[in-house]
Amino acid sequence: MDACAFTLSGETLFARASGALWWPAGRLLCVSDLHLGKCERIARRSGNMLPPYETQDTLLRLQSEIEALDPARVVCLGDSFDDLDAAASLPEAERLWLLRLQAGRRWIWIEGNHDPGPVEFGGTHLAELPLPPLTFRHIARKGEAGEVSGHYHPKACLSLRGRMVSRPCFLHDSDRVILPAFGTYTGGLRWDDPALAGLMRREATAVLTGPMAHALPMPRRALT
Amino acid sequence: MVTLPARFHDWFATRGWSIHPHQQEMLERADAPALLLIAPTGGGKTLAGFLPSLADLASGQHEGLHTLYISPLKALAADIRRNLSTPITEMRLPIRVEDRTGDTSSTAKRRQRADPPHILLTTPESLALLLSYEDAPRMFAGLKRVVVDEIHALAESKRGDQLMLALARLQTLVPGLRRVGLSATVEDPQAIACFLARHPDPCEILHADPGPDPDIAMLETETQPPWAGGGGAYAIPAVLEQVRAHRTTLIFHNTRAQAEIFFHNLWLANEDALPIGIHHGSLSREQRMRVEAAMVAGTLRAIVCTGSLDLGIDWGDVDLVIQVGAPKNVKRLVQRIGRANHRYNAPSKALLVPANQFEIVECVAALEAVKARALDGDPRGPGPRDVLCQHILIVACAGPFAADDLFAEVKTAGAYATLTRPQFDACLDFVATGGYALKAYDRWQRLKQTDGLWHLRDPRAARQIRMNIGTIQDTDTLKVRLRNMRGGQPLGEVEEGFAATLTPGDTFLIGGQIVRYEGLREMTVEVTRRADKEPKIATFMGTKFATSTQLSQRILRMFEQDDWPELPAHTRQWLHLQRDRSQLPKPDRLLVESFPWRGREHTCIYGFAGRNAMQTLGLLVTQRMEVMGLHPMGFVATDYAVLIWGLDRLTDPAPLFDGADLRAGFETWLAGNAVMKRTFRASAIIAGLIDRQTAGQRKTGRQATFSSDILYDTLHKYDPDHVLMQITREEALKGLVDFGRIEEMLARNAGRIDHLVLPGVTPLAAPLLLEPGKVPIKGAATERLLAEEAERLMSEVGLPPVPPKPVWRVPF
Repeated sequence: MDACAFTLSGETLFARASGALWWPAGRLLCVSDLHLGKCERIARRSGNMLPPYETQDTLLRLQSEIEALDPARVVCLGDSFDDLDAAASLPEAERLWLLRLQAGRRWIWIEGNHDPGPVEFGGTHLAELPLPPLTFRHIARKGEAGEVSGHYHPKACLSLRGRMVSRPCFLHDSDRVILPAFGTYTGGLRWDDPALAGLMRREATAVLTGPMAHALPMPRRALT
Repeated sequence: MVTLPARFHDWFATRGWSIHPHQQEMLERADAPALLLIAPTGGGKTLAGFLPSLADLASGQHEGLHTLYISPLKALAADIRRNLSTPITEMRLPIRVEDRTGDTSSTAKRRQRADPPHILLTTPESLALLLSYEDAPRMFAGLKRVVVDEIHALAESKRGDQLMLALARLQTLVPGLRRVGLSATVEDPQAIACFLARHPDPCEILHADPGPDPDIAMLETETQPPWAGGGGAYAIPAVLEQVRAHRTTLIFHNTRAQAEIFFHNLWLANEDALPIGIHHGSLSREQRMRVEAAMVAGTLRAIVCTGSLDLGIDWGDVDLVIQVGAPKNVKRLVQRIGRANHRYNAPSKALLVPANQFEIVECVAALEAVKARALDGDPRGPGPRDVLCQHILIVACAGPFAADDLFAEVKTAGAYATLTRPQFDACLDFVATGGYALKAYDRWQRLKQTDGLWHLRDPRAARQIRMNIGTIQDTDTLKVRLRNMRGGQPLGEVEEGFAATLTPGDTFLIGGQIVRYEGLREMTVEVTRRADKEPKIATFMGTKFATSTQLSQRILRMFEQDDWPELPAHTRQWLHLQRDRSQLPKPDRLLVESFPWRGREHTCIYGFAGRNAMQTLGLLVTQRMEVMGLHPMGFVATDYAVLIWGLDRLTDPAPLFDGADLRAGFETWLAGNAVMKRTFRASAIIAGLIDRQTAGQRKTGRQATFSSDILYDTLHKYDPDHVLMQITREEALKGLVDFGRIEEMLARNAGRIDHLVLPGVTPLAAPLLLEPGKVPIKGAATERLLAEEAERLMSEVGLPPVPPKPVWRVPF
């Protein structure tokens, strides 16, 4: 399966195996935590020079989602750039590539904790985007409903007959969906982390990304 | 030549000692630029190494550092400091001896750099760190000698390569430096000599009297060993009998898991409650130190142990060594036997306990090899380039350098003598700019060239580089602690992969006790002592040794005999039966048997290439069989054969062993293999691409860190020829996959295949049917398992399962 469907505030949404969220009614494609320019920032800050192909890889995967779905709107849910300097020093080729992807559709950059100011790319820059009944923002807020957010990079970790499997995952319940990180160079926060348990209802579901999308119940720690 | 001052002779005399001939000879040849001493365990090696230094320093004329002693173990450095203090105090020698390891306090370390002792005892990592400081030339200015202890052990790992690069550096700082290597008995002293000496200088080799032949035999038991498996549990009564009859027995095992099971069973049968301990590398330091202390105090009658006791700490009064399981390698066996009767010129006593029928043959072959003093070992490959990358960084920390000079210096380390300039330049480019096909780091490159000299772009980077020095791999292990005690008593470590298979309530063995898994807290496995289930066995990394090429050859030659009077009757009968029903494998031909068994077609390939290579061969051959439409379903590998089962009968094995096809299949398989990713991670850390993670960083495990597998996949996709990918390949080939021995097997048989189609299972193949560790052949297994698991869990919580789209796959 390339996606798992679920409903949020009455809207049908698709958690795609790629890690992107598709809202057919709004022809809206949403991705979170692209962290473009991450290796530049790592080199700047730590001196480690990681393979500088992650922006290219992230954009390639985003492009194939756009080609497959032809969205009218693309929402990047924050932390699209690893920091504002990384955004400023994005190589010319990748800057042009982004502009090409934006052609013919509305593009919304939501502000994240890594990229808290406007960036010099096309599209609209917003702190959050209300599209009733849904609201798109970077970090989930307790008590909200119909909320689409990112930030936490949730990942599922489970053992299958002795084989460890770890996959970025969506988490959703009746109030919200938290998206996995779409960027190539991103780690994750284990799905049983208290930070996530505190946000999600006990009956929350996880959708694992990867070659196929798999829906599993989100594990809850036994209350001790 | 150094003459021994009179007070040394007096001191020896008061102790009733006399100088061993090889110790005298070490004094006589003290001026040799490089000198290798080969001496059996307990031959007074260390004193032989130090005597010239002590004699030279006795006059009190020397200022500053005189002798650098390097050992692979911190504990050994501390041990030697204690041992040296006796002669120094008693002879009132004006000599200051200090050790410097990761455990030394930072104040002491600072003082040592400002005011070094006469003799500094340290490890390869600490030496590399010292060389990374700008003041290294001053600190090492007066250095005369460097003594490398247990050089045979260091030569087998990247730590040795790092050490030799450091010595090349030292030699540039102090051209007159003399090198001394101390080694246990090895198969190829010349190779160790080349490793030690400054290339291409010669290195003298001194052989101490190897001592009397060891008293070594196979342990006779009433019960005959099982047909398959390991562990040697059947021999426990006989082993206890031997423990009772000796003062102190060391019981060696090849793997930690086997040591744990054996120890557990030994205590179940230990009716006299003889004090028996366990010692292996996965136990907590506290636990190991307790056992070591008890051992030195002589309060233990036996220790169940693994290779962690292989290195030369003096364990006192051991009078028997028992090796459980075939030794796999004659050299290691000889070194282990040496642990018994740790006195010069006394024969060591050892017993071998074969774990199964086939190991009887292997043990007998090993016994003959020991008697013939025929040691084995695999030749060392060229020096690993990830270590070279780290060395370049270390040199850059100490100050600007010219590429030509460094290249010339590196080539004086024996392992790097064949390094080409392009290979070197690729490493330098990687360290300086990242070395990517896509130029991306103009502003942030690590090294810059100014006036022909390379230097750190940002000198502050030195701190981070120093924190990452070293080549020891951190395996992904988790600490195990008892829950509910103050802080929790540490018991040891288990592999992360094993911890992942545990669910609360599961039990496993560690440190000889059964514990119950309660949960994971902050990357620590919490357990309790409540044990009410049969234990799962903790699996530990590595140490799955393969039978050496030489020993395998010896077994094949034994098979050519008409009869085997040296073997027990049941083993003899077994081999004769194989000869009647099928044939015995021959040294220069490849035997392949095909037979049906329980509704499946089986094929057994007697490759005799060692466990790791046979495992790789199993993977490759089943891949070929899949293509040939034979529907293989699984295989199992041992040191001597691989057994494959599937739906269809193999009619012509020749295409399976086409070298070119195997190589091509190997390349494809290797690229996506977990071994490659693990190797990549190790090399990426050593070469300085990613930082060594400290325990604290792993604990938080936040979003900022991501798996090195992602880096591997990215490079594989966008820059497959990157130097780090080349290095990963070079290193993976040396390690677990052991493709070299498959090549060697193909060359040995040169297409001469004996394919026998038989009506049923053969005597030699039968034990393989019982062998654990069967490998199922998986297609999209992970996805299918995930879908099943998802469905199970969703219905368990009462959620409707998301209907999966049916996927059709060949159910092989």
